[in-house]
Order: sequence, then C-alpha cells, then structure tokens
Amino acid sequence: MTTMLYTSDHEWLAIDGDTATVGITDYAQQQLGDVVFVELPKVGRALKKAEAAAVVESVKAASDVYAPVTGEVLETNEALAAEPALVNSDAQGAAWFFKIKIADKSELGGLMDEAAYKAHTA
Amino acid sequence: MLAHHQDSLKRTPLHSLHVSLGGKMVPFAGYDMPVQYPAGVLKEHLHTRAAAGLFDVSHMGQIALRPKSGKVEDAARALERLVPQDIVAIAPGRQRYAQFTNADGGILDDLMVANFGDHLFLVVNAACKEQDEAHLRANLSDDCLIDSLADRALVALQGPKAEAVLAKLCAEAPSMTFMDAGPHEVAGIKCFVSRSGYTGEDGFEISVPASDAERLARMLLDNPDVLPIGLGARDSLRLEAGLCLYGHDIDTATTPVEAALEWSVQKSRRAGGARAGGFPGAGKILAHFDGGASRRRVGLRAEGRAPVREGAPLFADSAGGEPVGKVTSGGFGPSLSAPVAMGYVPVNLSALGTKLFAEVRGQRLPLAVAAMPFVKNTYKR
Repeated sequence: MTTMLYTSDHEWLAIDGDTATVGITDYAQQQLGDVVFVELPKVGRALKKAEAAAVVESVKAASDVYAPVTGEVLETNEALAAEPALVNSDAQGAAWFFKIKIADKSELGGLMDEAAYKAHTA
Repeated sequence: MLAHHQDSLKRTPLHSLHVSLGGKMVPFAGYDMPVQYPAGVLKEHLHTRAAAGLFDVSHMGQIALRPKSGKVEDAARALERLVPQDIVAIAPGRQRYAQFTNADGGILDDLMVANFGDHLFLVVNAACKEQDEAHLRANLSDDCLIDSLADRALVALQGPKAEAVLAKLCAEAPSMTFMDAGPHEVAGIKCFVSRSGYTGEDGFEISVPASDAERLARMLLDNPDVLPIGLGARDSLRLEAGLCLYGHDIDTATTPVEAALEWSVQKSRRAGGARAGGFPGAGKILAHFDGGASRRRVGLRAEGRAPVREGAPLFADSAGGEPVGKVTSGGFGPSLSAPVAMGYVPVNLSALGTKLFAEVRGQRLPLAVAAMPFVKNTYKR
C-alpha cells in the first residue's frame, strides 16, 4: 500500500515500506514551465533532510529539489536525462526523480497529505 | 506590502491585453510585464522562429531629438558627442545601433537611432531611460529639443511570417529592408515602423500611439500565424542571436571593443577617420581598437546538457586555478535544444574552439568558445 505525502517545497513522496519515491508536484512543474534539464543525485549518496538533492531547470531558471527526508539514494530515474520534458507531461508519475531509503520514519510526520497540500497550493 | 509593491509597478498600454491573454505577470524594469503566456517559453520561442511572435516592448524609452536649427544633421552632430557611432551618415529612413559611452569608455546604455528626416528617433532600454534622457538634456539641450514620447507604445512583430502579417495592414512593409525606419500607417494608424528587432529573425518594430496600441495588437494577434510572446522567450531568442542584454553582457565597465561590438563603430569615428573620437571615453575606446583590450565577449557552447547561467565563473582548466572570466548571459537555447551562453574571457582565450570550463554547482563543465550568432539570422537585407 503506497501513501502519498507532500512537502511545502512542492515535492511528492510515494511511501512504500521504508522506501520513498520522490518527485516534484504537478503544481511545481506548472510554475517552472518547460523543463529542459534535470540533475539527479548519485546512487548511494547519503542525503540529509532539506539538503539540495537534485536540480530542475526550465528555459528561465534553475531550481533546487530538496531531500524531503534523511536517507540513502537507492535509484534514480535515468529517463529524465534523455527526456526532461517528462517532468511537464507526467510530474507525479513517470517523472519521478529518485528513490530514497528512509532513515527515520518520524520525519514523515511533518509532511502533508493530499488534502493539506491542496490547501497549501490553493 | 505585496499589494503596495504591485501598485508601484508601471503598466504599459497593453497591460490589460496581457492579463486577458493569460500572461504571467512579473516585475521587470519597474513595469508589470508578461514573462510568458499559457503556451510557455519553449513554444513561444519556437513559434517566433517558425511563424511570427508579437512582443510588447512599450517599457522601452522612445525619444525624439529635434534640432533647434531645423536641420537633422545638427541633431546628428550633437548626438555624436555622446556615442561612438557615425550618426551623420544615417540616411533619412534608416536606423543604426549605437551606445552611449562614459568617460571611462564604458557603456551607459545601448540604443537604436533612426533618421526621420527632420529629427532623430531614439529607442533606449527601459531601465536606463530616465538616466538617458537626463544625459541627453544635460549635454544636447543647446542644439536639440529632447522630446520624451511617453504617450506611445512599442510592439515588435518578429519571425519569418512577420512580413506577410504586417503587409495586410501596411502595404509598404514588404518593400522595407533591414534597418529601414520611418513613419507609416498601419491599419490607418499613424505609426513609426522599422525593420529590426531583438530575435535574430526578420521582423518589425512598431511605435504606435498608446490609445491605439491595444486595437493594433489585437489586429496583429487575429492572424493565426501570430502568438503573443513574453519576456522569457524574448531573452532566449536574443541569446541565440548573440545580442547583448544591457546590464548583463554590457555595462559601464565594458567598452564596445571588449564587448565585440567593433562592427557598430564606423571608421569615421575611429583613429584616422573624418570625425575620429569626440565621444566620451574616446581615448580608452580608440586604444582598445589599437589592441589595448585585454578581455573580450565571446559565445560559449557547452558539451553537456546542463545550462550554464549568468554569473558562472569560467576557468582555463578542469581543476584548480583562478577564474579567467565569467558568464554574463546563459541558458537553454530552444532552437538548438542545447545550452548557450556568452561571457568575457582574456583575449588569449577568445579564439573560436578554445576549451574552457564553467563552474556550476561545484562542478567544472566543459565548454568551448563558439561563433555568434548561435542561430543564423534571417534579416532581409
């Protein structure tokens, strides 16, 4: 059973056991505009919560994507290197950024559920 | 606070049109301007290169320089005291690119100067227009009336379909060639039309009375070949065209020679010319023409896909050493589907093909000095 959580920085997390798949929200991709480049963390990198983990660039600007929780990077979405525009077409699906092994599940407590995130972006 | 901030922003005569078209409005040079429309920067950019785009550039300053003597050459001679260009040689109905220089040879602003027969018509940058006007008044008031044309809007129609689109509203448009400029009626409205722009594409810039601006813009947008284009695509288009953005690629610390704008300084104003020197900073600028410049603006193409943006330091080697220069404009070039940038490097590292490195997020990314424009321009000569 997958649980969806959101950060105030417009990342989504799909929680499956102690693994989180992380991406940016549909709201975030709309704000960014056409995505032309994505830089992903290296597999095996130990990320601290709130640390810059990835970069997403539109024609206009570069934006950091922060680690929503502390943990080790298990896998990254290599499809984004070849097709950054996936972030615009399927931000909350095929355009996931990385998977992280959650070090401390208590960190999830500070995240939003879908209803809270909708209110946050309203 | 936010509301107050937005209230303090100026609006162009096309502001309500931008809002009704779904423009995403941002502050730019004191104006509330559309950075993009619902199509987005990428599509707006590509549409301009494939068909035609309409830009609101009404935030720019339009100034008439009227000679007190009634002879336009007197206004031209007067303006030559402030710019290193040959203004006297601009024929009636023609336009030329120029720069206001300072005593150190730096650039105060860049501008377009057109000869309208009995006066000169200037278009200057939005962020510099008050300062430019004051500069003109302080230096040219004995010879000229400096007339700020604040009641006019300015739109640019750019792209391969621009001529066909404008021809429907202005029969003379197709007979104009690159840098022709003068009064023309467009849809019966008294406009100033020039065949020029800031995208590298063929196209026109149309100065229109503010009260007629929205009506004219809507007529142009009624043509299915025309999309409204925001400031985001304006920037990526001019970057691909290798054109300088004032305050970024050129400023008071760069001379026209360092900025690789020698082509814009005619022989008559250089050493040995009929009216050599006689503009602010002439000593330094002419010395730079004589091999005295130590750095130069160059085009840069990255090997990888990561955009290299303004401010990125440039290095000669993949590790260690001090920066040799920096990127002044950079981003993703939608027509090339690759990063493009420009920046300043030492003259000995400015040859085409020279390998350099830009530091982005702590990594040295390889790039090479490349010819500009990055995308071939399509001016109608």
